[in-house]
Amino acid sequence: MLSQPFAIATSPDAVTHPPASIEYLVDRIFRALAWAAAALLIVLVAYILWKIGGQAMPAIQKYHFGFLISSQYNVQELKFGILPGIWGTLYSSLLALLIGGFFGLTVAIFLTQGFLPPRLAFVFRLIIDMLAAIPSVVFGLWGIFVVIPVIRPAANWLNEYLGFIPFFGTSLSGPGLLPAAIVLAIMVLPTVAAISQDALNSVPYRTKEAAYGMGATLWEVILKVMVPTAAGGIFSAMVLGFGRALGETMALAMLIGNANQVSLSLFAPAETLAALLASHFPEAGPAEVEVLMYAALVLLAITLVVNVAGIGLLTLTQRNISGKA
Amino acid sequence: MTDATAANVPGLSGEPPVLTHSWAEGRALRNGMLTIGAWAVAVIAAVPLVSVLYMLIVHGGSRLSLDLFTELPPAGFEMGGGFGNAIVGTVVMVLIATIISVPIGVLAAAYLAELGPDSQLGRVSRFLAKVLTGFPSILAGVFVYAVIVLAMGGYSAIAGGVALAILMLPTVVLTAEEAMKMVPRKMKDAALGMGCTRTQMIWKIVLPTALPGILTGVMLGVARVAGESAPLLFTALFSNYWLRSLGEPTASLSILIYNFSSMPFDNQIELAWAASLVLVLIVLVFNVLSRLFGRAKY
Repeated sequence: MLSQPFAIATSPDAVTHPPASIEYLVDRIFRALAWAAAALLIVLVAYILWKIGGQAMPAIQKYHFGFLISSQYNVQELKFGILPGIWGTLYSSLLALLIGGFFGLTVAIFLTQGFLPPRLAFVFRLIIDMLAAIPSVVFGLWGIFVVIPVIRPAANWLNEYLGFIPFFGTSLSGPGLLPAAIVLAIMVLPTVAAISQDALNSVPYRTKEAAYGMGATLWEVILKVMVPTAAGGIFSAMVLGFGRALGETMALAMLIGNANQVSLSLFAPAETLAALLASHFPEAGPAEVEVLMYAALVLLAITLVVNVAGIGLLTLTQRNISGKA
Repeated sequence: MTDATAANVPGLSGEPPVLTHSWAEGRALRNGMLTIGAWAVAVIAAVPLVSVLYMLIVHGGSRLSLDLFTELPPAGFEMGGGFGNAIVGTVVMVLIATIISVPIGVLAAAYLAELGPDSQLGRVSRFLAKVLTGFPSILAGVFVYAVIVLAMGGYSAIAGGVALAILMLPTVVLTAEEAMKMVPRKMKDAALGMGCTRTQMIWKIVLPTALPGILTGVMLGVARVAGESAPLLFTALFSNYWLRSLGEPTASLSILIYNFSSMPFDNQIELAWAASLVLVLIVLVFNVLSRLFGRAKY
């Protein structure tokens, strides 16, 4: 049986006793299971990459890299390209990050720098957290019936009078890039706000006190001391928010209009990789499924790079700050 | 120079220093404006939630009745109807996801927190768990389609549940790990000192003590996946009938909302709002539960 290193300590009247062989066995099995579960996470990520990559292989061989820069998407002629998807994904996510990042960071400052009494801050934090809990598809429904009707008059006014600017080049007839980006911004906001709050909270209190002691005003402290000190964490909040926006699907599939075109206009219907998958996959034949797997691989690569960068950065800055404090 | 500083120090000269400043002074003015701006931004940030809840209550609430929970979705021009099968489908698939992800997640967390926190494997899998929290949900659907749907030859509740489990796993792992790390070192050392194996220490000391924290993670995970629709689109698909077995296409609330939102019939749109209300309520209940468990301190 298994070795018994404690056997010598066994005495009949002892309160404790060394582990019996069965307990050794259970211990080994449990540890092996826990090891396997941790290893499973790595295997899962590897298997996801391998599986989606493998399914995309035929399409990669057929369409090569031209797939990434072609705007054609024609199932009948079997000509495929996902430039509009890549363009729309990046454009809508950047726009969402611009809006959601600004609001998210301001909310984080608002919640951590003593603008509200603690109890009210708790309530407001709850409201922002609830925003993160609303399902994507509900935001999509809300976008269709609230956001689009609300912004349409303003959008069409801008197009009428400032239509020479490429951003306002078309009118908003319904779904389009701007409503999608606005809803996306709302969904990014809680992510950015939560991580930025952690970053701001982890700035040592004495740093803040020192700045106040020098006679700085509230906003001088915030903008010249707190935000620069927490910059690493805030930047990774932005990167992770961007990653979240890139992969968001349902709200975009409902709001962006699924039009296969590359346009600078904020009001034109567009396409994103995730929305392309959502709207084409359920009805795709075998030839199209290969193509969609290729698109999924591209989306996977983009989001993986962004998320790995964001989390790597966050780990690094957390280590730096806790190292100094 | 020295005279001026001496004169400004209270107690050294007869005149007290002037410490007041006008709000119109440059720095103070800027400060005030920014404060007003921050308030405005915070209020605007709260508007979407208020608007969403208002729409849900007005449009969804008006349609709320018992029929919603007992009837099947209407087709085309039909009036009335409900989404009983979608609620059942959502519950069943979330349950499958929980059954898969919780044991694996807690085991992995036990490894990350206790058995090998700084081992190579521990570091890599913790990092990947964090990366997976940002994994696009639609890709979980694509992956499960490639692995399970193609192998089983059709859409099913099981495939949907597995897709949700992939999305739930990182949340469970990371929160359970945090909870286990919060268990005081003293208690763990005491158990080991009594001659417990690591397994006995984890089962008898760490898990019971960290249970509230682990439940928080599970509830958060459930709240996260209950509202997911992208991973179900081509794993569970949808069905207009009651669930009869786990091996066939299954309805879910989120897919029902997606399908009905683009229909030209008022009845379906109303149902989509009512389904949204029910879905948001389910998600919020689990969120509140996670907070209640999280409040229990040890």
